[in-house]
Amino acid sequence: MHLPAILPWGAADGFSKQMLLVILSVVIIATFFLLAARKQQLVPGKLQFAGEMAYGFVRNSIAKDIIGGKDFMKYVPLLFSLFFFILVNNIYGAIPVIQLPSFSHVGGAYVLAVIVYITWIAIGVKKNGLRYFKLATVPSGVPVYILPIVIPIEIISNFLVRPVTHSLRLFATMLAGHLIVMIAGSGIEYLVMQENVLLKGTSVLVLAGAIAMYMLEALIMALQAYVFTLLTAIYIEGALHADSH
Amino acid sequence: MNQLIISAATAEAANPLVPNVWEMGVVLAGFAVLFFIVVKFVVPMFEKTFAERAEAIEGGIAKAEKAQAEASAALEEYKQQLTDARAEANRIREEARAEGALILAELKEKAAAESARITAQAHVQIESERQAAVVSLRSEVGTLATTLAGRIVGESLSDDERAARVVDRFLADLENQNAGVAK
Repeated sequence: MHLPAILPWGAADGFSKQMLLVILSVVIIATFFLLAARKQQLVPGKLQFAGEMAYGFVRNSIAKDIIGGKDFMKYVPLLFSLFFFILVNNIYGAIPVIQLPSFSHVGGAYVLAVIVYITWIAIGVKKNGLRYFKLATVPSGVPVYILPIVIPIEIISNFLVRPVTHSLRLFATMLAGHLIVMIAGSGIEYLVMQENVLLKGTSVLVLAGAIAMYMLEALIMALQAYVFTLLTAIYIEGALHADSH
Repeated sequence: MNQLIISAATAEAANPLVPNVWEMGVVLAGFAVLFFIVVKFVVPMFEKTFAERAEAIEGGIAKAEKAQAEASAALEEYKQQLTDARAEANRIREEARAEGALILAELKEKAAAESARITAQAHVQIESERQAAVVSLRSEVGTLATTLAGRIVGESLSDDERAARVVDRFLADLENQNAGVAK
């Protein structure tokens, strides 16, 4: 279901509900973390503790564990922004009344994937020079006669498929979740309208299934935010240490 | 309205992989703003707190170590003082003992001297008394002997002067005799 645009009202193109939600997400994240970080105390209060937990999760469990070394701090802001931007925009899908994950439209996912794509290639080139493209596509320790097969595969998988899968994974799971909830909703509505009482009763089964799917979707929404950020960290790590892979 | 929904539905049905350019713009702008806020404020603020907290904990450890060092130094000092005090006490006790022995010896000496003095005095007294006794005995023995002799010879020897002369001469002879024997 495509919600009509807000401005101009009902038009197919225009200021859509997604756009409003994306802007809202920026406000929510910025407000929460600025409030949490505003009164910094050595012994944190509840809000500060929650903020530190969230920040520490991205900083330590993603950036530090994957990238490691001394220079992981440089990439924490990007990973942090990505994780919470995607998380909040996904969780919209689990909030009643809103019920719309922003990335069920593919545009936003493309934008984020391209940002990450440019970032890790830039990091690789900056670190290793143009030799980076050789390092990224010619794996060491592979017999020479296999290289003609391996090199095209590496080029395709690293430089062509990677950004596509990175964006489509996020978009497809969000769209599918959104569709399932919507289909279950209209299915229940349809069954409840039936004259036959037994048929009407089966709507309860669909409702139970819909609730289970809703829970699963909520899990996937959080999980996809984590997966997207984790993959970003892995790509950056691969670009930083291309010579040892 | 129906028309609009249908047109929207057909537009959506076209291809879900074709993005809406305006939405991409909004996401890009929104993410840029968020990234800016995160880089500029959120990360520095949290990192500052983390650093301060780590410093506070490490500072606390350093402080505790310092306190412990001070405490062990104080303990060492007390032990030293205790040892000194014990040595001092021993020294004083030894001194007292030596002094006591000295006093005792002095007293013994004094007592011995005193007893010697008393003994000497007693000797002198006894000697003088004996002398007196001898003197008085001599006169009495003289009297008695003359009286006895008078009785025995039946003649009055009451002429005291003569009698005393006789007795004296007799005793002097006796003494001379004695002295001659003693010599």
